[in-house]
Amino acid sequence: MFKKAVIDGLWKQNPGVIQLLGLCPTLAVTTTVVNGLSLGLATVIVMIVANASISPIRRFIPDEIRVPIFILVIAASVTVIDLAIHAYAEPLYKALGIFIPLIVTNCIVLARVESFASKNPILPSFYDGLFMGIGLCFVLVLLGGMREFLGKGTLFSGLDLIFGQNYKDLSLEFFSNYEGFLLAVLPPGAFLGLALLIALTNWIDQKK
Amino acid sequence: MTNFFHNQKIIFQTILVMLIFGLVFALVLGVFYEKTNPVILKSEAEAKKRMLLSLIESVEHDNDVEQDFFEIKPNVLLGNKKSSKAYRVKNGDELNAIILETRAPDGYSGDIFLLVAINKQSEIITTRVIKHQETPGLGDYIDIEKNPWIDIFKETSLGNPSEKLWAVKKDNGDFDYISGATITPRAVIKALKNTLLFFESNKNKLGFNNV
Repeated sequence: MFKKAVIDGLWKQNPGVIQLLGLCPTLAVTTTVVNGLSLGLATVIVMIVANASISPIRRFIPDEIRVPIFILVIAASVTVIDLAIHAYAEPLYKALGIFIPLIVTNCIVLARVESFASKNPILPSFYDGLFMGIGLCFVLVLLGGMREFLGKGTLFSGLDLIFGQNYKDLSLEFFSNYEGFLLAVLPPGAFLGLALLIALTNWIDQKK
Repeated sequence: MTNFFHNQKIIFQTILVMLIFGLVFALVLGVFYEKTNPVILKSEAEAKKRMLLSLIESVEHDNDVEQDFFEIKPNVLLGNKKSSKAYRVKNGDELNAIILETRAPDGYSGDIFLLVAINKQSEIITTRVIKHQETPGLGDYIDIEKNPWIDIFKETSLGNPSEKLWAVKKDNGDFDYISGATITPRAVIKALKNTLLFFESNKNKLGFNNV
């Protein structure tokens, strides 16, 4: 059960490149590794909480109105997480803050609740949320990395905004005087980058 | 007839369940909001204080800047639709600088909010963007956390560079910008120039009497 969640989330049912759910934030936010990672981490937290809170109350939810109730629970948990991070992790909020409310509209959260958490006990649902989240996070970081490298010639810029000043030196700059490749940073670059990642995934799958 | 009553029962049951869920989660949110709000307000106030102090690191002062402010009515040059705050930076009785809140209405997406510290000689000491929604990775270099760009305005005034040169280099002005996003710096430069114009024409009202 644990192993299945890992394989599904990270590869076979990867939300980013196989299920293609939650594309709106995936494409909009991944201009750098750090932005991708920030949104990815926030999504992981939301997916765990949403899955784990729907699963134990699944018997009380009438079938006819399950979707509005799922949305209600997801929106409430996102708000709670938003408030908690704002109050108790101020530096993290400065980096993640703008991304958290975006997650309510992310289809992948609703999709996992609908197709998994509403039919399974709490522990598998927890794992499902965790690994689906990590799978998406992985794609966000990769896409952010591609776009940042091509667009700005850097990697990990702004890492200190999430993890503190000690990590400032981890930012890599590959070329001095790099003019920048604007297409990669603009939205079309996100579509092209994602297309490349999907192609790569399919190619690896076919070779096996 | 029994069918009718049966349907009605289901409808009421559904409404009841939805209502209960709504109430329960409203309660959870309410409790959580009450618990976190004081912490959030406190850390926001502290962040604001830190921000104000970082603007005037080089200026001698002994007053509590955050508490020592007055309101400025809506003004075209400052772009404020409601009254905005102006903070006094005083050393004893001497007014050394003033911090104005201003906004650039013509950014790429939404208003850009700035704090501008201006000294007696009508020079910008430091300016910082406090809130904006410019494109991440593109126009957001106006934010000091992302890029030191905004510091090019240190020690500038309406005479330095001359008024005509208050523009990005692309528009034959004096200020650098990062290619790909010119709308954002244009908006910032225009707002700062307007703020300086406001300062110049209201110097007396702001409290600089004997200069």
